[in-house]
Amino acid sequence: MTHPPNLSPAYRSTILRAPSRPAVAFKTDPDAIELTSPVFGHQEVGALDADLTRQHAGEPIGERIIVTGRILDSSGRPIRNTLVEAWQANAAGRYAHEGDRHPAPLDPNFTGAGRCLTDDEGRYRFVTIKPGAYPWRNHHNAWRPAHIHFSVFGTAFTQRLVTQMYFPGDPLFPFDPILQSVPDAAARERLVAAFDLDVTEPEWALGYRFDVVLGRTPTED
Amino acid sequence: MITPSQTVGPFFGHALPYETGPDLVPDGYPGAITVTGRVLDGAGEPVPDALLELWLGETGTRGVLRRDGEGASGFGRCATAPDGTYRFRTARPAGPYLALLVFARGLLRAVATRVYLQDGPDPLLDSLEPERRATLVAREDGDVYRFDVRLQGEGETVFLEF
Ligand SMILES: [Fe+2]
Repeated sequence: MTHPPNLSPAYRSTILRAPSRPAVAFKTDPDAIELTSPVFGHQEVGALDADLTRQHAGEPIGERIIVTGRILDSSGRPIRNTLVEAWQANAAGRYAHEGDRHPAPLDPNFTGAGRCLTDDEGRYRFVTIKPGAYPWRNHHNAWRPAHIHFSVFGTAFTQRLVTQMYFPGDPLFPFDPILQSVPDAAARERLVAAFDLDVTEPEWALGYRFDVVLGRTPTED
Repeated sequence: MITPSQTVGPFFGHALPYETGPDLVPDGYPGAITVTGRVLDGAGEPVPDALLELWLGETGTRGVLRRDGEGASGFGRCATAPDGTYRFRTARPAGPYLALLVFARGLLRAVATRVYLQDGPDPLLDSLEPERRATLVAREDGDVYRFDVRLQGEGETVFLEF
């Protein structure tokens, strides 16, 4: 099973929020509107939206990185012109969100939110800084491994995916109930970006590659 | 080799909501309706950090993220308020229902449901027991349709897997 079960008690917030009944399998209606998805125009996304290091007067503190990859369907075909949104904590592990009480500094030059459309090969590309790990109150001494949140559309509303990208070799992986909620080790591995020297730009930024493969649509079954 | 889902977490408010997200139509749009309600957890408590996405089945002419012109958009996004409420202003869908996705801290994968504007013969509704069926039908009050999402427990909303 690829996706985590919604009830994963080690992640405490699931206990009162996970549906108790299985989702109703519904495949009988070829006209279901969930088989379609919004179509995005290039005017919807600004040129600088994909560069999280250039959204303020100065540069953010932190290790500059490039994160790129492809959005693919379950047959490996690129998904073109689809919206990819990304958001993250700053280098100190603090979100520019009023609810984040972690006593780490905010960075006036970093909001930590970006978006872009994929190109004809399904490729997206963000420039950002490496986010820091941060504590949360799920259990004693709980820390999230560094991660970037991703939101991806697709060609059908049924493919809509929100996930998190992790960085290779993070020692916090075994202790993180959110990553560990994915039951299959090979599937967890697919949430970890690969360091890529070909994406890395000399004297500028380390490069990571992270592909996202969306689920099949019911008509593909 | 599908990529697994992970929770949207609590801290998406600076990234995903956008100004006109809940307003799929401009003010004064003829025939517009309001779809509103609360997201509740298994204890009946409001969920103050959910994100809802509404889809009408076609993109529309007003844009998805950037609303331009006087037409209707087919997509909307709304975060819940501290009391768990959400509110969309939208055109009526071509068919009997709107598609709704709910993301939240504590949901490792988004849940999908449908908002039916009225009860009637329908392949999905007809496949459900009466009390389950009722969870998918909005309560009509003029041009306002009330639809609560109960994530768990008594009156749990029917969620769909396609
Ligand atoms: Fe996070």
